[in-house]
Amino acid sequence: MTTLLSTHGLQAEYGDMRALHGIDFAVEPGETVALIGANGAGKSTLLSAIMGLLPVAVEMVKLDGKPVGGSLPHRMVQSGVAIVPEGRRLFAGMTVEENLQVASEHAAAPRGTAWTKERVYDLFPILREKARTPVENLSGGQQQMVSIGRGLLAQPRVLLCDEISLGLAPRVVREIYDVLPQVTAQGTALVLVEQDVGLAQRASQRLYCLLEGRVTLEGKSSDISRDDISAAYFGASHALD
Amino acid sequence: MHWIEGIVQGVLLGGLYAQYALGMALMFGVMKIVNVTHGDLVILLALIGISLADFTGIGPWGVLTTLVPVGAAIGWLLQRAVLNRVVGNDPLPSLIATFGLSIALQNAMLVVWSADTRSLSGGGLQQASIEIGPLFVGVLPVIVLICATVLTGGLDAVLRFTRYGRSLRAASADVEAAAMVGVNPKAVYAAATAIAVGILGFAATFQAMRSTVAPADGPFQLIYAFEAVIIGGLGSVWGAFTGAMILGISQAIGFRINPGFGILAGHIVFLAVLAIRPQGIFQRKS
Repeated sequence: MTTLLSTHGLQAEYGDMRALHGIDFAVEPGETVALIGANGAGKSTLLSAIMGLLPVAVEMVKLDGKPVGGSLPHRMVQSGVAIVPEGRRLFAGMTVEENLQVASEHAAAPRGTAWTKERVYDLFPILREKARTPVENLSGGQQQMVSIGRGLLAQPRVLLCDEISLGLAPRVVREIYDVLPQVTAQGTALVLVEQDVGLAQRASQRLYCLLEGRVTLEGKSSDISRDDISAAYFGASHALD
Repeated sequence: MHWIEGIVQGVLLGGLYAQYALGMALMFGVMKIVNVTHGDLVILLALIGISLADFTGIGPWGVLTTLVPVGAAIGWLLQRAVLNRVVGNDPLPSLIATFGLSIALQNAMLVVWSADTRSLSGGGLQQASIEIGPLFVGVLPVIVLICATVLTGGLDAVLRFTRYGRSLRAASADVEAAAMVGVNPKAVYAAATAIAVGILGFAATFQAMRSTVAPADGPFQLIYAFEAVIIGGLGSVWGAFTGAMILGISQAIGFRINPGFGILAGHIVFLAVLAIRPQGIFQRKS
């Protein structure tokens, strides 16, 4: 099995500040990988760099083993990489249905069973009721569901999810995380950037911990201990305390 | 009667302004581009149309059907070559770029067409009028108004109901998020400017028929388009249409009061709207 998506010594800058210092990262088809780390560790930057939202060298990101680094975001979508961006970023002034429709109208060619609006409504039944509601009138959780639906309708082979639990009630977070296995069941890989370490560990097969733009821990989620995580999360000096 | 006639004339004048304003509403509302060349493009297209009619002898409808695709091509090229490099959250780069382009365009037109005023012959259409009750109404202004209404309705329908319209509204709401769902913003923008300048093909033909044009006239047309869009509210095509009507009626009534007061009356109404309802008539408060 060839690796679906990988980064190789990925470096990225915001202006003059280097945010990522050589990240090696990989996702296999159907796998769920969590990215954890403190604020500013570079998790969102990593997703942005993969998605083509930041300039990176072409060899640093590979999809199916082919170099795609620095491709424009809409090209990445067409190659099968989609993102559920931090802060949801829905299209204000448009209805739930229209938001979903924009995504399905510019989607990658589906492999296997295509995601349809109906299937998204089956995942999140509340969206069917709210189909004609402008997205700005939805609750935060409902907006996050639209954002995930939009990501799925891009027919991705790997879906990058940036802090999808942020600011949501625990019940809604559970509701959203409960549907993720249905996404991976058909071979779509998930990359979850998550603040809640326990949740990240439970929801993923593998996890990476980032600290100051470097990977400080990588392994099977079920094998990694709390102590390993806190050492990687805060840095070795902290762990010695 | 005097005033009713003024209002009717104003609505008809508004039809022409609406054709200027639609393209600007699209570019300003969607891309946040302030296109200072907007008026100069009307004049450029009008001069091309007049020369075309002179050389080939085609009538005004032939000119119209030529200018619309020519305008669309110019718009597409303008976006691809210039505006896509300056588009962004900051409106200043596009303002500076199109300001420079406007000056260059005016001078280039002077070289090609000289400063003479010209107009397009309508084959008697300009003089034709119909009697509606006690009023005589020009046939040409009525055609202009009908065209403006159909164009506004058509553009509104495109934005609401087509794949392209949805991608444009998505890019307008959040261009980066639109790219993240597979929309190519630069292609969407190029098509938007093509539509905007294509519509100016209508405005150019009618402007050249109802009045005269000269290379330096562009800035006046720009002001009318800009005022109509601001009065109506940014980003709404029916708002731009309504703004154009209000501007046209204000000017026509102003002309009735005093021939020197017409244009100024339009500006005063514009300033009043800006002071009382700066978000425009159609824009909801956000």
